[in-house]
Amino acid sequence: MKYLDEFRDGRASQSLLEKIRQRVTRPWVLMDVCGGQTHSLVRYGIERELAGQVELIHGPGCPVCVTSTELIDFAVALAMQPDTIVASFGDMIRVPGSDQSLMQARSCGGRLKIVYTPIDAIALAQRNPDSQIVFLAVGFETTTPSTALAVLQATQLGLQNFSIVPAHVRVLPAMETIMQLPENRVEGFLAAGHVCSITGYDVYESFVAKHRVPVVVTGFEPVDLLEGILQAVTLLEAGKAVIENRYSRNVQRHGNPNAQALIDRVYEIDDRDWRGFGTISGGGYRLRDEYAQMDACRKFARLLPPSARKDSECRGADVMSGKIKPKQCPAFGKTCSPESPLGAPMVSSEGACAAYYRFDPITIEARQ
Amino acid sequence: MKPVARGAACPAVPVSNETVTLSHGEGGRAMRRLIRDQIAAKLGRGNVQLHSDAACLGRITKEIAITTDSYVVSPLFFPGGDIGSLAVHGTVNDLAMAGATPCYLTLSLILEEGLPLATLGRVIDSVAEAASNCDVKIVAGDTKVVPKGAADGIFINTTGVGVHSTGQRMTASRIQPGDALLVSGPIARHGLAVLAARESLGFDPPPESDSAPLHRIAAELLETLGDDLRTMRDATRGGIAAVMHEWAEESANAMWIDESQLPLLPESRGVCELLGLDPLLVANEGTFVAAIAPHRVDDALSVMRSHSRCGQPAQIGHARARELSPVLVSRGLGADQPLDEPIAAMLPRIC
Repeated sequence: MKYLDEFRDGRASQSLLEKIRQRVTRPWVLMDVCGGQTHSLVRYGIERELAGQVELIHGPGCPVCVTSTELIDFAVALAMQPDTIVASFGDMIRVPGSDQSLMQARSCGGRLKIVYTPIDAIALAQRNPDSQIVFLAVGFETTTPSTALAVLQATQLGLQNFSIVPAHVRVLPAMETIMQLPENRVEGFLAAGHVCSITGYDVYESFVAKHRVPVVVTGFEPVDLLEGILQAVTLLEAGKAVIENRYSRNVQRHGNPNAQALIDRVYEIDDRDWRGFGTISGGGYRLRDEYAQMDACRKFARLLPPSARKDSECRGADVMSGKIKPKQCPAFGKTCSPESPLGAPMVSSEGACAAYYRFDPITIEARQ
Repeated sequence: MKPVARGAACPAVPVSNETVTLSHGEGGRAMRRLIRDQIAAKLGRGNVQLHSDAACLGRITKEIAITTDSYVVSPLFFPGGDIGSLAVHGTVNDLAMAGATPCYLTLSLILEEGLPLATLGRVIDSVAEAASNCDVKIVAGDTKVVPKGAADGIFINTTGVGVHSTGQRMTASRIQPGDALLVSGPIARHGLAVLAARESLGFDPPPESDSAPLHRIAAELLETLGDDLRTMRDATRGGIAAVMHEWAEESANAMWIDESQLPLLPESRGVCELLGLDPLLVANEGTFVAAIAPHRVDDALSVMRSHSRCGQPAQIGHARARELSPVLVSRGLGADQPLDEPIAAMLPRIC
């Protein structure tokens, strides 16, 4: 645990906070792209410490939050089929669909199994030869290689009863979308460290050149985050728009070539409907045609819902694109809470609304 | 125990293949045999009074404490315990934490059709051993069998009866600002053990539950500290966080926790980090929190240390006058952070 203690060290964090305060000559607006970063920033109170100097907008980097309502509805429909078991990561099961979440579907007799890796879903398929096992393959580039591996394994094993709902999303096209929003205020990015460990950070070079914004690859512990913020404000103060790596213990310039090859072998880049953003060009992955038999969207196409109802009061999209803070949503803490979420950012432990609900002092005090 | 005769029809069937059937719950011969041979015989003499509808406990002159709890853990067996020992420890600990000496338990079983008799046997053996370790008698019981799918193997309810030796009431309303908050040992072990076993997470070695009786250490703390022991609570579901919130509400004070002082085994910390869980929210089954007068911290820690099961007791914080947040955590950076109450089930993060 040495590496964790070092990166949570209070004295090191205080010293970095001081450096950031000294460096800043005017308020800057940064976006932390990944939900894991949002969670730590709010949990450790970093955002409050930097109030007035660095505004942190929490980006759309929670794969659970951006999975479209249609795909949740599809998973619910699959779970309600006889002889079908939906295998999912735990975060997904409370995300509301149009009518039901997977958890509600289970209480109505739907079959659902929480798994921790896609490989667990393969084992489930082997143990249940008479059932169709459908794995809900969500996540950014971080989890995409492991589901690619599962698809390859299932193919090699000749499993006829295994398929996935390919719901993987890509970070860079989402950042592109945010930069093109007319109301965008983001001046610099803390790039998602774990995604970069797969993709590398050379992929951001054209983004940085095109939009003239600095991007700093950043980790998830307080010291990581503060180093990322310090580097970003240093670049902003100097007027430099470059990509820099402040998560070098995990991220290399070209990323992980083996993982990239796995993704490329099984998936191809495709447009993807992001919850709250609409269709993002190149925003996700689809299975290559040679793995079509592993694609639940093709295998069970008859169950694909036409189109989903809009989330009522939920302004999750505005939260994820940085237009408003969670607390500015009229539903926040009133009709929407982790116990009964209206939108996905309130469900996932990585969602911005849930992070505020759990850790923001003013929010917690208001609830007392 | 002697092999149980099962009637002439299937003398060759090995014991290990036999299962609970609905006829075991129908009040006839099968049920009588099940209770006599699989349950009462294992619990031993002095326990269940088989031929009476109600147990007579004799005269109890002191103030009586009573508690009840149901156990539905899955899987039934996990590293460090099983549903049988848990059903005894959990109820004994509820009495102990209230300052009572546990004396009697009842044992109600809901069995799912198809449960192997060998599994039932292991669970009852475990109940018997735990009851003996806890110095309690099992004085009454009930057995029901439900159709396959209507339960998950075995559900157990135990009701515990104890007596108050000192008359001292353990209530959180006695907590005052400045009182020290102590934890008796490494936290988060039970929740992680069950989660890892249920989901076959394959940790090596697997995390082990802290399931254990607390009546002896509780009695000694009470005797040593007297009124200076304000209250204590085993931090089961919802972990330390749930207890802190209850105490904050009952005492109208704030509970302040220093995260760096939390006793946590390295393997527990590793599992929590990997799954994105906060150890303050993870269940314990043999670890408790005590609020005590600040000048008695050393005495309390010394009692805790003298009980071998309680490795690494520690002061983890103190009570404060309430300002806004009921529970605060110092995470070593900037201002103290409020700690929210546990919400819903712990759902591990995915990336």
